[in-house]
Amino acid sequence: MALRVSRREFLATAAAGSFLLGFRVGGVSAADPAGADFAPNAFIRIGRNNVVTILVNKSEMGQGIYTALPMLIAEELEVDLRRVKVQAAPVGAAYAHPQAGIQFTGGSQSIASEWDRFRKAGAAAREMLLAAAAQTWGVDRATLRAENGRVLGPGGRASTYGQLVDRARTMPVPTDPPLKDPSQFKIIGKSTRRLDSREKVTGTATFGMDATVPGMLVAVVARPPVFGATVRSVEDAGAKAVRGVKQVVAVPSGVAVVADSFWSAKKGREALVVEWDEGPGATIDTDVLEVEYDRLARTPGAPVLRRGDADAALASAARRVSAQYDMPYLAHAPMEPLNCLVALGPDRCEIWTGTQMQTVDQANAAKAAGLKPEQVEIHTLFLGGGFGRRAVPGSDFIVEAVHVAKAAGAPVKTIWTREDDIHGGYYRPMWHSSIAAGLDVAGKPVAWKHTIVGQSIIENTPFAGALIKDGVDQTSVEGASNLSYEVPNAALDLHSPRSPVPVLWWRSVGHTHTGFVVESFIDELAHAAGKDPYAYRRELLAGKARHLGVLELAAQKAGWGTPLPAGRARGIAVHASFGSFCAQVGEVSIRDRAITVHRVVCAVDCGRAINPETIRAQMEGGIVFGLSAALYGQITMKLGRVQQNNFHDYPVLRLNSMPVVEVHIVPSTAPPSGIGEPGTPLMAAVLGNALFALTGQRVRSLPLVRHGFESA
Amino acid sequence: MTAFNVNGRAVSVTGDPDKPLLWVLREDLQLTGTKFGCGMALCGACTVHVDGSPVRSCLTPVTAVEGRRVTTIEGLARGGRLHPVQEAWIEQDVPQCGYCQSGQVMSAAALLAARKSPTDADIDAAMSGNICRCGTYQRIRAAIKQAAARMGKGA
Repeated sequence: MALRVSRREFLATAAAGSFLLGFRVGGVSAADPAGADFAPNAFIRIGRNNVVTILVNKSEMGQGIYTALPMLIAEELEVDLRRVKVQAAPVGAAYAHPQAGIQFTGGSQSIASEWDRFRKAGAAAREMLLAAAAQTWGVDRATLRAENGRVLGPGGRASTYGQLVDRARTMPVPTDPPLKDPSQFKIIGKSTRRLDSREKVTGTATFGMDATVPGMLVAVVARPPVFGATVRSVEDAGAKAVRGVKQVVAVPSGVAVVADSFWSAKKGREALVVEWDEGPGATIDTDVLEVEYDRLARTPGAPVLRRGDADAALASAARRVSAQYDMPYLAHAPMEPLNCLVALGPDRCEIWTGTQMQTVDQANAAKAAGLKPEQVEIHTLFLGGGFGRRAVPGSDFIVEAVHVAKAAGAPVKTIWTREDDIHGGYYRPMWHSSIAAGLDVAGKPVAWKHTIVGQSIIENTPFAGALIKDGVDQTSVEGASNLSYEVPNAALDLHSPRSPVPVLWWRSVGHTHTGFVVESFIDELAHAAGKDPYAYRRELLAGKARHLGVLELAAQKAGWGTPLPAGRARGIAVHASFGSFCAQVGEVSIRDRAITVHRVVCAVDCGRAINPETIRAQMEGGIVFGLSAALYGQITMKLGRVQQNNFHDYPVLRLNSMPVVEVHIVPSTAPPSGIGEPGTPLMAAVLGNALFALTGQRVRSLPLVRHGFESA
Repeated sequence: MTAFNVNGRAVSVTGDPDKPLLWVLREDLQLTGTKFGCGMALCGACTVHVDGSPVRSCLTPVTAVEGRRVTTIEGLARGGRLHPVQEAWIEQDVPQCGYCQSGQVMSAAALLAARKSPTDADIDAAMSGNICRCGTYQRIRAAIKQAAARMGKGA
């Protein structure tokens, strides 16, 4: 997601009344570790015991941010990264995204937005420690240097940071401390093992699911069978008869069964009888919707892009190519089902959960609790996957848990089952694209006409003011509105039909569909022009150095154009997203209808690489995420009911289908850009393009299982 | 009452006899390293060892482990020393979000207890019941091979 919302705009739309945030920089906070005597800014605490604690304002959901952001501080602060303690920041204005004005993790922006701030935080602390040592020893600051948690001075003088904290605290905070020249980097740019692995392989990492407080109860919620339905009647005698069930309470999202354990709550819910007023959601049928989207695409939509005269150029082109593409709703299905623990008092609400959107959650939770935002404290725990599902503008799973705790009059952890997660909405929207191009006699595109149909993620959220321009949700068209290929006449239209089905950003947001459509269709054009798909892309990307850089690197490393074993073919795609550039080449074979992806070569240019090993891991992960969706991912509905339930009918890639993935990082000194999402949008096109090369059959709708393919 | 052994400790639990071992571990014994992912033995996040064999604890009624020896992720390290699989996981930078990794590590440890030098096909067979949404499979395969090599040297 690409959030660009000013703090003022957010405040105006999201939060009623005052929005005083509790945490004061350098002030006393519950998050302060014991013995933190030197707190030069919101991110660093240094104790007399030499312990350096770094407060990270971004949620760790697998992307390695609890390692990468501390690397930035450790580099400037001159401390051993392995001896740093990492702690989740509380919710506070000091931790907000510098441009967006809210505290969130998404849009692949964590490094890009904190690159300067975290280095400056480390540098400021270092300068204050140096100044403290200069004063203590009565020497010139210029004679001192910081190294490995100590200040070293003339005549063999040395002092640990811990010994300096009392004086350092009294030093002025430099507003613009000097930053290292990149040539001096010792940590940034070096592959660094994740700091959180040990706790994650010993079972000691605490996820939201693992949170507990004394007297805590557990709830599961019976939610509507179709989107938008409301409770008509509840028969709860059976549920209350289940051993361990304490209460059955009504909440706005359904009926909660509150028990002394998850198992009792779940059994209680099975014994609950709820009648629902189903409403218009009960007619939703995704097969019908696909036909409606196709019909809508034949009518003019909101104009997104107008370059030259696409209609005239199309009409007069030597050759015309057109295609329709369809993509289904997708669930995020993070491994950790949603959950949220809430302890509510008369003037205080404490929340333990894994979330990507703390400021928004705080405001929404406060409203649900009848409190002020500053009375809500959020403890951000490890996220067992996010992929966007834990960044909800309406904070669905948190607000619900607040209502449950309020109704139960006790601390309650609300836990979703996997079925609740798959049925629960907030999907990647269903998308349709109708697209046509005109080619000149040489096969070059002279006209490009594209119409996109799909629900807006942003409509009716606090982000509408920033992200919907002239009726166009920018996240619906990203990756298509900024078409990279050189086409003189281009038009893009958007239809944003409304539906009771809640939709949400899903790893790489709009690029998930535009990447597939643009990179499949350009492949269609290459074949129509009788040209090699790699050469055709190169030609149309002339002058676009960073696109070409990754495209050429991936093609070279993959041996594009060299012979393959019989029965194998390659597919290629290149796509820019979240400030980064990515190209992938996949080697694919099929036997009967079983697809094997043997190898994926990925080239990425994400500006300066902070932790190369994490970049490789994120590309591997993005490829797997994209591959899962391309092969099997689909949420379908009949009579408003979601047809999928759990991993047997919403399958995802397993180890036996994992291709060999090679990642090549383009060396760069450009500012760092995203890595969490840019690896995801290409795989569907890579796979479709390879299948076309193999079979001559063009894949224009996903997932591949719709076409009788399966995963070998 | 069901009596069994968890990580070398004798325990007995009372309550619902069909309560799965997973929830007894997590809620009654506060061993939260074993994870709930699907509740249908489809994802492997809840994998523990029962008498040394990998078992999906989310579908195992607690009464089924009466008198048996259960090892969870918390009990895999011995005497403060990590299991070679855990060490390899750290060295290969396997975990991302980490939620599935307790189950992955337990499945891998069981595999290596049964086969000292697993082939790729052995790894496929033993590990494909464990889902990772973050996509760490390539590193899992590499870490298993690394751990096997190290265990083979008796390190």
